[in-house]
Amino acid sequence: MRPALALLTALALLLSGSPAAAVPATTFTLDNGMEVVVLEDHRAPVVVHMVWYRVGAADEPPGKSGVAHFLEHLLFKGTDDLGPGEFSRIVARNGGSDNAFTSWDYTAYFQRVAADRLELMMRMEADRMRDLRMSEEDVATERQVILEERGQRVDSQPNALFREQRGAAQFLNHPYGIPVIGWRHEMERLEREDAYAFYRRYYAPNNAILIVAGDVRPQEVRALAERYYGPLEPTPDLPPRIRPQEPPQLVERRLTFADPRIAQPYITRSYIAPERDSGDQRAAARLTLLAEVLGGDGATSMLGRKLLFEEKKAIFVSASYDGTAVDDTTFGLVMVPAAGVSLQEAEAALDRALAEFLEEGIEPEQFARIRMQLRAARIYGRDNIGTLAREYGAGLATGLTVADIEAWPDILQEVSAEEVLAAARELFDRDRAVTGWGMPAEEGGQ
Amino acid sequence: MMQIAAPIVRVLALCALFASAALPARAQVAVQEVVSPGGIRAWLAEEHSIPFTALEIRFRGGAALDAPERRGAINLMMALLEEGAGPLDARAFAEAREELAASFAFEASDDVARISARFLSENRDESVALLKLAMMEPRFDRDALERVRAQVLAVIRSEETDPGAIAGRVFDRLAWGEHPYGSSRNGTVESVSALGQADMRDAWARVFGRDRLYVAAAGDITAEELGLLLDELLLDLPESASVPPAPEAGYRLEPGVTVVGFDTPQAVALFGHEGIARDDPDYIPAYILNEVFGGRGLQSRLTRELRERRGLTYGVSTFLLPMEYGRLVMGQVRSDNSRMAESVALIRREWARIAGEGLTGAELEEAKTYLTGAYPLRFDGNAPIARILVGMQMIGLPRDYIRNRNDMVRAVTLEDVNRVARRLYQPDKLHFVVVGRPDGLPQPEQKP
Repeated sequence: MRPALALLTALALLLSGSPAAAVPATTFTLDNGMEVVVLEDHRAPVVVHMVWYRVGAADEPPGKSGVAHFLEHLLFKGTDDLGPGEFSRIVARNGGSDNAFTSWDYTAYFQRVAADRLELMMRMEADRMRDLRMSEEDVATERQVILEERGQRVDSQPNALFREQRGAAQFLNHPYGIPVIGWRHEMERLEREDAYAFYRRYYAPNNAILIVAGDVRPQEVRALAERYYGPLEPTPDLPPRIRPQEPPQLVERRLTFADPRIAQPYITRSYIAPERDSGDQRAAARLTLLAEVLGGDGATSMLGRKLLFEEKKAIFVSASYDGTAVDDTTFGLVMVPAAGVSLQEAEAALDRALAEFLEEGIEPEQFARIRMQLRAARIYGRDNIGTLAREYGAGLATGLTVADIEAWPDILQEVSAEEVLAAARELFDRDRAVTGWGMPAEEGGQ
Repeated sequence: MMQIAAPIVRVLALCALFASAALPARAQVAVQEVVSPGGIRAWLAEEHSIPFTALEIRFRGGAALDAPERRGAINLMMALLEEGAGPLDARAFAEAREELAASFAFEASDDVARISARFLSENRDESVALLKLAMMEPRFDRDALERVRAQVLAVIRSEETDPGAIAGRVFDRLAWGEHPYGSSRNGTVESVSALGQADMRDAWARVFGRDRLYVAAAGDITAEELGLLLDELLLDLPESASVPPAPEAGYRLEPGVTVVGFDTPQAVALFGHEGIARDDPDYIPAYILNEVFGGRGLQSRLTRELRERRGLTYGVSTFLLPMEYGRLVMGQVRSDNSRMAESVALIRREWARIAGEGLTGAELEEAKTYLTGAYPLRFDGNAPIARILVGMQMIGLPRDYIRNRNDMVRAVTLEDVNRVARRLYQPDKLHFVVVGRPDGLPQPEQKP
């Protein structure tokens, strides 16, 4: 991507990841149900240690939005053995870095450290899986921090505010419509007990995946994992992950958001789309390729060629899809109109381009180039073991198996252009879509 | 807790053991210097386990070499290199690159023009030929120029309503005035609108010259292969660029607070004053100080005071900015409008405290352990290794710096850091640029 476009691409949704399974994985399960994956890369004496919990914002109780992410923050506040902030301090003292992230479907904690410090990381991560301590005072201060985080990431960012509103319109019933960070009025009321109840239930070895990637041997990881994670008590009767599902979506939704802080008008369109399912990833593979065909590169993708090069109606277009999710997700399009092109005109051009695409089909040369790039992504992907570890973690935490993750690159290669086109025909139904117009306050869309 | 029956003390004792007995892993990158048959120098980290090469090419100079009245020309020129070259128009070029699954990135920062390339071993020669086309024979076609210009203008307009970008722009303008550092390298709507094809060719000549060239490669390539590649790719470059380096910038910001009125619930502040050069003998102590004070690796003093103790912010950090023609020690914080004044007051207090008291012995040791442990972790892939190696050449570090760097960090004494703390942090020179509607700070002086 050209550097000047960094800001524009920030408008786009998350782009689909590169295919994993570039390095063979060793897997096993501890007696208490904890799943373990080891990815070896012996080029540098470094290891990435990650614990993924199969719980995220879409698993929160009603009215408690943000508690999954709040808990993620509180996990750094100490245990029966470690004081507040001590965890990260010890990691840093050992030259490592650590952090965590929360999505709708998972919460993950990771450290990157010299390979000979792996045991210490496991000891501490196992400690905080079951023995968290949080004082009322720490909880109150950290609540201010997450409110400031919301202020920084969402409330000060008109594009993020609009994304939140569009998400809420996209999902009529499923909690994917609620922001991961939480709605402010609910975040303000999150209490210690909310976080603690969530923790007790979901932070358990039978709900966790351990991923160790880097300069390690599987047998060494097994011995350490059995020693530190093995004795942890599982949560009995862990509930299945059944969230409220979407009813049939019958009516197109259109949102207009005007904000003086938006300098550049833009259009977004998102359609409800299937996710990757264990043993059944083909539909998601078709959509992954569709995103590449439509919006992969400005100069060669279908939308780029039509809207940027031929009609000159846009200065930026993208298509995005990430099928790594527990439930139905979205396929997104973004278009930034050229100067002097109204949003209405731009949207008409976008819909025309999609209709022409369904008529004309996919150029075989373009499809061959995309396959070549996916094949190369497996080679380049081996250079960054941390990214590979994340792909395994996200896949396993959303219900895929290691076999599914390893099969994914081959499935992508097998999908035909005809299948991609058929998937597009099924996808592009505006009754199941949200269209957004973002614009500066005074212009009124024209 | 079951398996950790022992109290905290044992965990700490274990850490102490790690920290002292088992020294951090050494960075184990073997770096060769390669001189091509044509005389081009490069550093190489050979590693054949993955069949691709990462290549980093840099030219000292960058966007600071923009001609007066032509601000933004070099940024636009770099963005146009892959928009058509030789016989290929923009689309044909992109198709050729996709067929090879190579990736090229062209980017100008203030001080450096950088080209980052990645290509498979199976089609290395074709990839290098394509890269050469982009570097040596860019077309700067009129329609490509218009298309990319429109994208750059969109970015410039977006930055005009982004509080973080506004803070950066105002701070730079106040600090560096008319020097290129005083304005955005993207240019302004006016300057970019006026650029033409001749300006692109002029910008190309300002940047590219073998006298400013630095190269590093990492991955699946031998020294001999790299030598041939260097000649093929770079020997046809002009011997020297068309303009001399930019002048010194001259820091001119007076102490104080500048508030830029902007309607947003959370204010953003940039703060700092003149800093320290990368080749200053005190740079390593200064780097350690910054790590303790506001770095991102350890829990810093500022993070502890503002975030952990008071919940005033999600993020506060400081950094050293040793640029080619000017240097800063600065930081950034975001706080709710109602609490920004408190954040500013605490930062002032801590700035004065570190200047007056320096670090404690424990803080210094903790920072050393962190920095020496973290250093080898940087070398964990072909792409990052190539970037590090080219960066080292540009700041004049020898190849054995990788082996000796941790010893240099360990050699810093408490006396060193505290002497440098007094030199580096000057609370009476501190300037804050705050964008927002902060309570309890001076009324807005500046329009965004």
